[in-house]
Amino acid sequence: MTEHLRRHWFGYLIAFLVLALPLYASNFFMRSIATRALILGLVASSLVFLFKYAGMVSLAQTLLYGVAGFMVGNAVAEGGTRGMQLGWDAWVGMYFALGVTVVVASIFGAIASRTTGIYFLMLTLTYAVIGFFFFGQVTTFSGFGGISGVTPPDVLQSSVRVFYAAAIVSILVYVGFRAIARTPFGLALQGIRDDPVRMASLGFNVPLHRTMGFVLAGLVAGLAGVLNIWWKGQIDPQSIAIARTIDVLIIAVIGGISSLEGAWLGAVVFVAANNYLRTIPFIDELGLTEARFRTVIGILVLAIVVLSPEGLTGVIQRAYQWVRRKVAKPMREPLKKEAIDSS
Amino acid sequence: MLLALVLAWVLFLAEGTAAEPAFSDPGEFLVTVLDGITLAGLLFVVASGFTLIFGLMRTVNMAHGSLFLVAAYIAIDMQQSMVGKTRSIVSEDVALADWVLPMLAGATVAAVLGLVAYHLLLRWNQGQELQQALITVAVSVIVADQLLARFGGLAETMIWPGSVTHFFEILGSRYATTRLFMLGVALLVALGLWIWLTKTRMGIVIRAGVDDQEMVRALGVRISVVFAVTFFVGAFLAGVGGAMGASFAGAAPGTDGAWLLNSLVVVIIGGLGSLKGAAAGSLLFGMVTAMSPAYLPIEYNFYSIIFTFVLLAVVLAVRPYGLFGRPE
Repeated sequence: MTEHLRRHWFGYLIAFLVLALPLYASNFFMRSIATRALILGLVASSLVFLFKYAGMVSLAQTLLYGVAGFMVGNAVAEGGTRGMQLGWDAWVGMYFALGVTVVVASIFGAIASRTTGIYFLMLTLTYAVIGFFFFGQVTTFSGFGGISGVTPPDVLQSSVRVFYAAAIVSILVYVGFRAIARTPFGLALQGIRDDPVRMASLGFNVPLHRTMGFVLAGLVAGLAGVLNIWWKGQIDPQSIAIARTIDVLIIAVIGGISSLEGAWLGAVVFVAANNYLRTIPFIDELGLTEARFRTVIGILVLAIVVLSPEGLTGVIQRAYQWVRRKVAKPMREPLKKEAIDSS
Repeated sequence: MLLALVLAWVLFLAEGTAAEPAFSDPGEFLVTVLDGITLAGLLFVVASGFTLIFGLMRTVNMAHGSLFLVAAYIAIDMQQSMVGKTRSIVSEDVALADWVLPMLAGATVAAVLGLVAYHLLLRWNQGQELQQALITVAVSVIVADQLLARFGGLAETMIWPGSVTHFFEILGSRYATTRLFMLGVALLVALGLWIWLTKTRMGIVIRAGVDDQEMVRALGVRISVVFAVTFFVGAFLAGVGGAMGASFAGAAPGTDGAWLLNSLVVVIIGGLGSLKGAAAGSLLFGMVTAMSPAYLPIEYNFYSIIFTFVLLAVVLAVRPYGLFGRPE
């Protein structure tokens, strides 16, 4: 137990700081920064999971997140002008939305499961854009105006509670993804990532494993989509447009595309840059106002891809190891003495 | 089987659609087919640049749509200053040179931009597909934002030259010659590419490089020069497509993403890196795009976008690397 704590103290600290956020953060920060970052981090974490353990860069995560959101909107909203307005209970709507997301993800995953690498990236980007036009054009489900007036379940009526829902789901997903990676399924997935031909000759069904990984990641993206529409109350096709799809990829890259923690770190940096860029002194004089936020983010991504492919998590890890080396040296002597005494 | 069903539907059964069955309304059918073929021409111009770059260098240029949009905006600006009006230009004002010169200028700027990006960002990480894709994604984000700052968010169009803007009748339906002009430009581009790739020394080197890069290098060819030229031509083609696309459907923020998607669909269907594949993919995608809204029952018209997806799914189910593609 203590060994477990010693190895994971940092994770517990972060989880504690996040859960205690309502005690010390402003309402604006809670609603517009923290909740949004947690939800975007969830979507990005599903992308990171697929890349880290299955070697697939999926740009369809934003679409699946949108599918879940639109389905909640169609199932729950009533009295609006668009969508199906089924007027169901919020929880039923959630299960319905997640079910549809899983079905859609299975179809997409099965079609994409035989392609790999850069082909997979392009194919999933194509899914994303087709999905955007689908929800834009098909007025049965939404149309470009989107669906509004979606209320969350009674338990989640206040914004603090939505924040807690997002935080708890994030923690569970993080722990869950790491646990899945150690199951036989997760290990098979990693084997397929490294050598699909060998895994196939060992008797593993490679396309099926890839599809299942894709469905699992899709489910997490769907959860994020449900949380998002509960948080925002509305959804329109613009929120799954190609720029949003690229945003999620950018978040994963900023945090480090092969680190699960990085997904949320990247999301925090992204959302904070979006909100606070204009408050940095003298930034206007460089022509980098809030309106030019995307240029700044683009340059940041370029710098990260070129200089530190492991993203900010990689930078932090290297800094941490450097500090530990510096600090550990002078501490070694007394430690040794203690060890001798106790023996 | 599937094809026979679709044919039967289009020829005889499509009652209650925008176009009516081809058997009873052959003019409308011919117009739809022409729409498909002319759109395929434009698709081919843009996608051939994309596939040329990928075929030789394995670089997926996610900024291809941005190059398209840069060229479109520059061509529009130049046309406006050549005609001397910034708004309500009619095609009678536009001489052929007022269209061709801006088109070439826009394409050249796109090509130079592509070459600069290649030299600064992509030259030293050959073969790292994901890193290169991410770099071009970042470039496309920056370019899109700068274009928004410079040209604003309103849609602009380029005007076709007056000498090609007519209508003529086929089987009782009117048809615009500008679309045929667009197809003509595309055929010229295709012919030029074909001559370049099969009849010139550089083209032969490029085709050899697609097959076996190491061997070409070992034979003493300076492949970095060949790479630079290929990237220049690929970006130039995106630019030519940009000017044509701006005349055909206009240019606005977001057009870059739409045309990146179009290129992707074409090359995924046709097979990455193959020009034959780009031609086949353009034709299939163009036909599906033109046919599906015309031959769906009117009340389900808006579902036509699904057929793009169906086309992708069917092709990939049969050939995971596209019609003319090869596995790595």
